[in-house]
Order: sequence, then structure tokens, then C-alpha cells
Amino acid sequence: MKPEESATTGADLLVKALIDEEVEVVFGYPGGAVLPIYDSLFKQNRLRHILVRHEQAAVHAAEGYARSTGKVGVVLVTSGPGATNAVTGLTDALMDSVPIVCLTGQVPTHLIGNDAFQEADTTGITRPCTKHNYLVKAVGDLARVVHEAFYVARSGRPGPVVIDLPKDVLMNKHDYVAPKKPVQHKSYRPQVKPDPKKVEEAIELIAGAKRPIFYAGGGIVNAGPKASKLLTQFVHMTGYPITNTLMGLGTFPASDKQFLGMLGMHGTYEANLAMYHCDVMINIGARFDDRITGKLTEFSPKSKKIHVDIDPSSINKNVRVDLAVVGDAGHVLEEMIRVWKARQPKVDHKALKAWWAEIDKWRERNCLAYKQDKETIKPQYALERLYHHIKDRDHYITTEVGQHQMWAAQFLKFEQPNRWMTSGGLGTMGYGFPSAMGVQIAHPDALVIDVAGEASIMMNIQELSTVAQYRLPVKIFILNNQYMGMVRQWQELLHGGRYSESYMESLPDFVKLAEAFGAVGLRCHEPDKLDDTIQQMIAIKKPVVVDVLVDKTENCFPMIPSGAAHYDMLLGPDDRAAKPVSEEGMVLV
Amino acid sequence: MIASSHTISVLVDNEPGILARVVGLFSGRGYNIESLTVAETDAKENLSRITIVTAGTPMVIEQIKAQLDRLVPVHKVRDLTVEGPHIERELALVKVKSSGDKRVEALRLADVFRAKVIDAKMDSFVFEVTGNSDKVQTFIGLMEGLGLVDVGRTGIVAMSRGGDAL
Ligand SMILES: Cc1cc2nc3c(=O)[nH]c(=O)nc-3n(C[C@H](O)[C@H](O)[C@H](O)COP(=O)(O)OP(=O)(O)OC[C@H]3O[C@@H](n4cnc5c(N)ncnc54)[C@H](O)[C@@H]3O)c2cc1C
Ligand SMILES: Cc1ncc(C[n+]2csc(CCOP(=O)(O)OP(=O)(O)O)c2C)c(N)n1
Ligand SMILES: [Mg+2]
Repeated sequence: MKPEESATTGADLLVKALIDEEVEVVFGYPGGAVLPIYDSLFKQNRLRHILVRHEQAAVHAAEGYARSTGKVGVVLVTSGPGATNAVTGLTDALMDSVPIVCLTGQVPTHLIGNDAFQEADTTGITRPCTKHNYLVKAVGDLARVVHEAFYVARSGRPGPVVIDLPKDVLMNKHDYVAPKKPVQHKSYRPQVKPDPKKVEEAIELIAGAKRPIFYAGGGIVNAGPKASKLLTQFVHMTGYPITNTLMGLGTFPASDKQFLGMLGMHGTYEANLAMYHCDVMINIGARFDDRITGKLTEFSPKSKKIHVDIDPSSINKNVRVDLAVVGDAGHVLEEMIRVWKARQPKVDHKALKAWWAEIDKWRERNCLAYKQDKETIKPQYALERLYHHIKDRDHYITTEVGQHQMWAAQFLKFEQPNRWMTSGGLGTMGYGFPSAMGVQIAHPDALVIDVAGEASIMMNIQELSTVAQYRLPVKIFILNNQYMGMVRQWQELLHGGRYSESYMESLPDFVKLAEAFGAVGLRCHEPDKLDDTIQQMIAIKKPVVVDVLVDKTENCFPMIPSGAAHYDMLLGPDDRAAKPVSEEGMVLV
Repeated sequence: MIASSHTISVLVDNEPGILARVVGLFSGRGYNIESLTVAETDAKENLSRITIVTAGTPMVIEQIKAQLDRLVPVHKVRDLTVEGPHIERELALVKVKSSGDKRVEALRLADVFRAKVIDAKMDSFVFEVTGNSDKVQTFIGLMEGLGLVDVGRTGIVAMSRGGDAL
């Protein structure tokens, strides 16, 4: 048989390869360069295409899909503006280690470099914001590249991968090559299994600790739900306290006695002080982000630090550690548990008891306390009530970026991984709503709520049209303070109360806005009507926008100002004058 | 911590964009490149060898190596400076335009440095000099007083001593 007879077009090959990779959904937006792919999609019914209203939203939706399922999220956009619109989403996925394959259209190979219509140097633009990218120049390479891209996106430290597809490549014909399994990449082979000696050493350090703390992050989410179970098991075996990063929430049950809450800039008093005073820190799948460490020279100065991470470049990047264990968090935890059981180490119970007593004193500070009055809804109260009504339901939470995001992290409790989708590393306003769409696609019957700010939601509000089209019953729970609250808070605390451009003028009527898109709009401003509103929101099996008018000037505490040390925490509004922010801190973001 | 210079060998797939990936990593993360050379070294396996000389504190050098190793088309990263004895070589083409005593002196020094004359006109020479960077630099410095008009340098290539491959 000549290739022409048996062969398929590049676009058909692509669809076949996606199906072989067990892709079910593609989030995308069409255009000239990808029309052959849309034609192939039209002719089949295995792959579902979700038409978003902006390419950035396609990537965030794929992120929500990926993070709530552990699968690779798939995006399809056209050349030029389609690809450039996707850049924010790709950067977001890179920062938060989310596995994405993004297919971008490209002008035909003979026009590349000619400033052709809707040409952009997509591989050039996306090189620094992807884990890897490809330009497919011959149809014969297409299937292999697709399979390789999925492997790269999902293995090791996950991340976004772009495949740039010139239109002629999509139209040329070639035979299909099925993926080789298991994939053996010629150069990319992340270390999954840890060095047993390092695990032994780690156990020795852990067992000998007097003031230990586990510090667990998003890497445990990446390692799959089993890793969270193993983490919980190991933490229980040791009896040690544990704190989670923003990205790690849900990897250890929030209701557990050993959980100290989130750490970092807006973390709890007890978590941050325990980090400061500990003698052994066990970091599993977290990256010593600056939101965690604060002032580096004052970061946990007395501790021996163990760092478990699959990516050697995360180790000793910001903080020098005493023992590095490279490997997948799940595998490492499994080994740790095995060695711990085999050795039955004697932990210093007396020291541990004293340590817990100290922690309990910090806990008594009740750092998340707030005062709810009869007049205006406090945002914290709104979230506490929200949690009360959803906790016994199958639910998923996404957020936008700002104060509401931090309050959501503090006041909603996560008992399982993959239930909390938020933009941590890039902090992308506009992430939450499209992400919630992706989650809802993956979990059609679950309650999916985007905790939003009125400013952030405007950044991808056009997606109301998408949820209407696919009847996605996503809930948008807006904590409307009429300010870019997080900006206002920094201006209040660091810039002498000069509220430059942080007031949200001319906000839309969110109820009418929802109705215009065929969604349901609700509004609430009285504390005693809040429960009703939330119940109503849950009961409506359609997309709902809830405009909760909250206290406009509430600030998010605790707060460690940029560049300050863990013990320099601001705990409430009366705390601020005492601790002026250093000049060094002012230049930090 | 004091910054020190390291010579790093990187074995990569010889594919479009690989150099941009490596250079982009350095510029994007604020590392400096003192010298960089690249060429295909294994046509059958389609591999290139990149030799980078960079400077940084031990923590930065460790990051640079981990970041390079993380790039998908990178096969191997070796820090020749810390992994035992190694040899470094650089080649330079040095054009000198002069006459009389200066011309004679240039030729005499070229001999001392075992530089080859690869082009000669009545009023100019092009020398080819190889050696470690210090030697090349010294030679160029000497030519400055003798009518130096043009210099081209390859940057450093390096290899470990002994029988082991990269
Ligand atoms: C307004 C705002 C305020 C914020 N305030 C805070 C705050 O107060 N507290 C806070 O915690 N964060 C805060 N953040 C988030 C912060 O910026 C970082 O995104 C977050 O702290 C990083 O979490 P992480 O360390 O768990 O790392 P992630 O970004 O989740 O990285 C995961 C790490 O695990 C590794 N890894 C990946 N897969 C595996 C695997 N299979 N096995 C082992 N390791 C693996 C990766 O290599 C990486 O090092 C804030 C963000 C915003 C936008
Ligand atoms: C795309 C983008 N632009 C700007 C910022 C900077 N920023 C961080 S929080 C914030 C304000 C968010 O306001 P809102 O959504 O109302 O949330 P609130 O803080 O009031 O809860 C801004 C502008 C950002 N994170 N993302
Ligand atoms: Mg707001």
C-alpha cells in the first residue's frame, strides 16, 4: 500500500493520538489555522470540545479539569492571537505545576518567518512559560510528538507543554503511529524512586526531633491521592504537627487535631511560629516560596531541614537544606513508612508533649478571630456560613486572587486533595471562574463554587456564556467589597492609606449581568439573610452568581508583611503601627 | 559566599531552539554567561555539546546545573570545574596591521605563542592561536601595541582528563 492510500491527514492523526492518550475533553476556540482540526473533531464523537469565550479561559478550564482529576488538561487554540491569549494560562500552569497539553495552530511551514497573517513566534513566546514546547514541521513526526508531549506534561514535576501545528502539517497525510508503552524518553527521565540511604537518614532525623513540623505542599497533590493518604498515615504514626501551603491544602485533613492550618504570609500564628521554632522541618513537595519564608535570614534559623521533591532544581533554591530526598512524594512516603515501621523508633515523647503544649498556647491566640455585627457581612463570616452549608456535600472550590482567596484558604476546610483549585504561584485574577468550569465538566454532579472578588471576576466574566451553553451549574460566590481589597490592604498598611486606583468604580449589577447570560443572580447584604441565600444558591441547578456585599474595609490577617520574619506577624488592625515595614521589605512584591 | 567561575559541559539533542532554550534560561534567571560554545558532536545520535563558562556562588552554580538538567532535550550536565582535572582550549583569529619593526615583532611573538600565520599580506597578518583563555588573552594583549585591528574568539571548549566520556 502506498502511504497516500492508507494514510490519514495530520488533523485526523492528531485526534486519533488524543484519543489514544485517553483524552475526553478539549477546551478550545477555533480560527483559520486550526480549521482542519475542527473538521476532524466534527467527524467523530469520542472527544468532547468545550467552546470557551477567551483562550486564557481555555487554559484555566483545562487547569481546573487537570487539578481536580489528576489527568492532563487539553487546550486547542488558533495561531497568532489564539496562542498569545493562552500565554497567561500557560504561565499559570507552569508556576503551579499543572499538566497541560496546549495545541496551537500555526501558519503553513513555508510562510513561517514571513509575518504572515496571524503568525506569531509561538514556540519563541512560550519557551519560558512551558515545561517544553514543540514545532511540528513534518506530519510524520506528529503522532510521536503528541505522545511525547503527554508524557512530558504528566511525568516528573508536571507542567504545560505546547505543540505548535502549522496548517500544512495538519493537512498532509501519513500513517498513524500508536504510542509506545511504557514511554522511554531519550533524555527526560525524572527520578521517581528515592535513594534508600537518604530515606534512612531522613527517618533518623525525624525520629530524633524534639520540636518537629511537617510542611507539605502542592507536590503531594501532584503525586496523586494515594500520596495524601500516605502523608496522613505517616503524620499520624509520628504524632507530629503539620502545616500546609496554599497549594497543599487538602493533602492532610483540615479537621485533624495535628493540623495547624496554612502557613506563610496569611497563614496561622501557630503554623508560622512552629516553623520558626522547630528543630526538624520535614518539607514534602513544597518549594520554600517567598510567601512562606518571609525574610530568608530569619527563616526557621534553628532547624535541620529535610526536603522531599521530585525536581532537583527546587532543592537549595531559596533555602539551604540539610538533607535532600529526590523522588516522588508518594514513593518517598511509602519508603518512610516502611522504614519507620521496621525501626520502631523511640520518639522523645516528653519533648513532643512540651512542643504540643507550646503550640496549643499559640493556638489559643485564635488568630483568625473576627467580629461579626448585625449590620454588615464580614467576608470571613460569609465563608464560614458557606462551609457550613457545603461541608456534607460533594464539593469543589476554586478562587480568584485577592483577599477573598486568602479568606477561603483560612475559613474553608479541605479534607481531601484535588478539591481546591487556586492560582498560587502566578496569582492570576480571572483564574477561578474558568477553572470552575473545567472542574464541573470533570465532575458534572458535584457542587462547584468559585469564591470570587468583584474585581477578579470581571477578568473572565465572558465565560458566563460558556456555562450557559453547556448548562454548567457553576456557582460564583462574589465577596463584593467594592475594592481590589488586597491592593487596598497594602495601600492602607504600606502606602499611607493612599488608595490609588483600587476602588472599583462602575461595577455592573451582577444580578442583572447573570440574567443577561441566562444564569441566576442573587444578592445579599444582611447577615441574617446570608444562610437563606446560600441555601438558595445550592438548590438552583443552574449557573448562579451570588453578589454578597461584604464589609468594604476588612483586612486579611494574620499578615507577615513582605520581607518580615515569622515572628513579626500582624494579627489584627491594632497591630500595625508598632511594626513599620523596612525599606528592604517595601521593594518586595 | 564568593562567586567562582565554573566550566559546564552539556550534552543536548541537536534540535531547533535548543540554544535559545539554554540561553533563555540564563537570561531569564539572571545568570551570567562568560563563554558559550556549541556544535554538533555526534551526527549519528544527533547530539550537540554545549560548553558554558559561568560564574556564581555555590548555591547559584547548583541551581544552574539543576535548571539545565531539567530542560527536556538535555541528556547530561557535567561541572568540569568540580569533577576533577580537565583541559580547556580556545581558538582565536587575530588580525594585525603594521609594518617595519612592529610587523617583525608581531611575527616573533606569534612564534613564541605558537600562533600560526594563516593569512599574510604586505601590511597585515592573520594569526591563529590556540590555548587556554589566559594564553589567548595574553597574546591578544601583546598584539594591541603592534597594530591589532580585529579579533575573533571561539569561546571555550573543555574536556575532562583521563579516559571517561561525558
Ligand atoms: C495573594 C496571594 C497570597 C498568598 N499567600 C500565601 C500564604 O500565605 N501561604 C502560602 O502557603 N501560599 C501563599 N500563596 C501561594 C504562593 O505564592 C505559592 O504558590 C505557594 O506557597 C507554593 O506552594 P508549594 O510550596 O506547595 O509549591 P507548589 O507550587 O505546589 O510546588 C510544588 C513543589 O512540589 C514539587 N513536586 C511536584 N510534583 C511532585 C511529586 N510528585 N513528588 C514530590 N514533589 C513534587 C515541585 O517540584 C515543587 O517544588 C499566595 C498566593 C497569592 C496569589
Ligand atoms: C491579572 C492580575 N492583575 C493584577 C493583579 C494584582 N492584584 C492582586 S489582588 C488584586 C485585587 C483583587 O480584587 P478582588 O478580586 O475584588 O478581590 P479582593 O482582594 O477584594 O477580595 C489585584 C489587582 C493580579 N493578581 N492579577
Ligand atoms: Mg474586591
